[in-house]
Amino acid sequence: MKSSTIDKKALYAYLEEIKDPEVPVLSIIDLGIVRDIQLNDDELKVTITPTYTGCPAMDMIAAAIRVELSTLGFKKIKIINSISPAWTTDWMSEEGKRKLKEYGIAPPNPRQQVCNDKLFAAAEAVQCPLCNSFHTHRVSEFGSTACKALYQCDDCKEPFDYFKCH
Amino acid sequence: MSALIDYTLHLADNTLILGQRNAEWCGHGPVLEQDIAITNISLDLIGQARSFYQYAAELKADGSTEDSLAYLRTEREFKNCLLVEQPNGDWAQTMLRQFLFSCYQFFLYQQLQHHTNTRLAAIAEKSLKEVRYHLRWSSEWIIRLGDGTGESHSRMLTAIDELWRYTGELFIPVTYETETGIDITSLKEAWLNNIKIVFDEATLPVPENVFMQTGGKTGVHTEHLGFILTELQYVQRAYPGSEW
Repeated sequence: MKSSTIDKKALYAYLEEIKDPEVPVLSIIDLGIVRDIQLNDDELKVTITPTYTGCPAMDMIAAAIRVELSTLGFKKIKIINSISPAWTTDWMSEEGKRKLKEYGIAPPNPRQQVCNDKLFAAAEAVQCPLCNSFHTHRVSEFGSTACKALYQCDDCKEPFDYFKCH
Repeated sequence: MSALIDYTLHLADNTLILGQRNAEWCGHGPVLEQDIAITNISLDLIGQARSFYQYAAELKADGSTEDSLAYLRTEREFKNCLLVEQPNGDWAQTMLRQFLFSCYQFFLYQQLQHHTNTRLAAIAEKSLKEVRYHLRWSSEWIIRLGDGTGESHSRMLTAIDELWRYTGELFIPVTYETETGIDITSLKEAWLNNIKIVFDEATLPVPENVFMQTGGKTGVHTEHLGFILTELQYVQRAYPGSEW
């Protein structure tokens, strides 16, 4: 397919269909891991960045992008894995945060509130995605995937994942 | 170029071997949340190792891949520091190893992220965000155990006695570090200050005048590395070229 027949905006819309295999409610666009798309004649370059260096989903995501774009007719697809500037939760879309909460995962707080190196610092106030109470506590800084921490709500008692600020 | 390759491999080996050690806790952690925490850290470290191995493979440009560098080099070719290959021991020893190393990485990556080599700088910048978590989490464990019960305090003392001798090497440069323009000697003061703050809070003594064991960075390892590699490399050695 030639660049003249498809624009970048449309490509982003197609990539919106690809979900994070570990948080399937989020698209890779919501997560902010697609950093750039370049169309040069018939070659398509997609730049992606990992959330954490060890994120095991990156290979799957790269493969999914390749499949999605191949079905659009692109023959030459180059996927570039870039790590600088480093990914941050600030790149997550507002739509992504809304979808996360609906799914039962507390979305990341704005970064400036929390990147605190102090030891035994009070856990940041995270809103329970179920009952909306801020009366919650951190169970563990590390959760089921690298990007999440474990919390529990003190009001409705529900344990939940928090997509931690990074 | 060869110094840069060696230095990149040194960074890769450090993170791979500590990642492998931490992964030995998988399913054996003291409680579920801490089991998950230590294996999360393991995953971060192995992720960092992959970035460094991929770069080293590109530099070598001899058909090496990230996998061949991790799975097909021998003990004497590994350039990791001795600290990371030490056995897990009990939780106190694992926490101390993590704390001493994360603290070192924290200052090293801060320097490395401004290095003229943009690839190493990018990996350092990215990894530093993860190291912050590791450092905070392991610091809290040092304080919790050191200033905890008589039993936990005495286990921390044993761990310090066991591991301190491997920290000297971290700040003694070898040729490939000097040639790559890394000044690790300058990190020692900041590192030691941070250790002191946490040890003070944990009511633990900072050892002085301890004999320091060296050699890991140039491939002369303690007896433990061979056993780690035997397990780590078994599948690739037994079934060469096998893939998932």
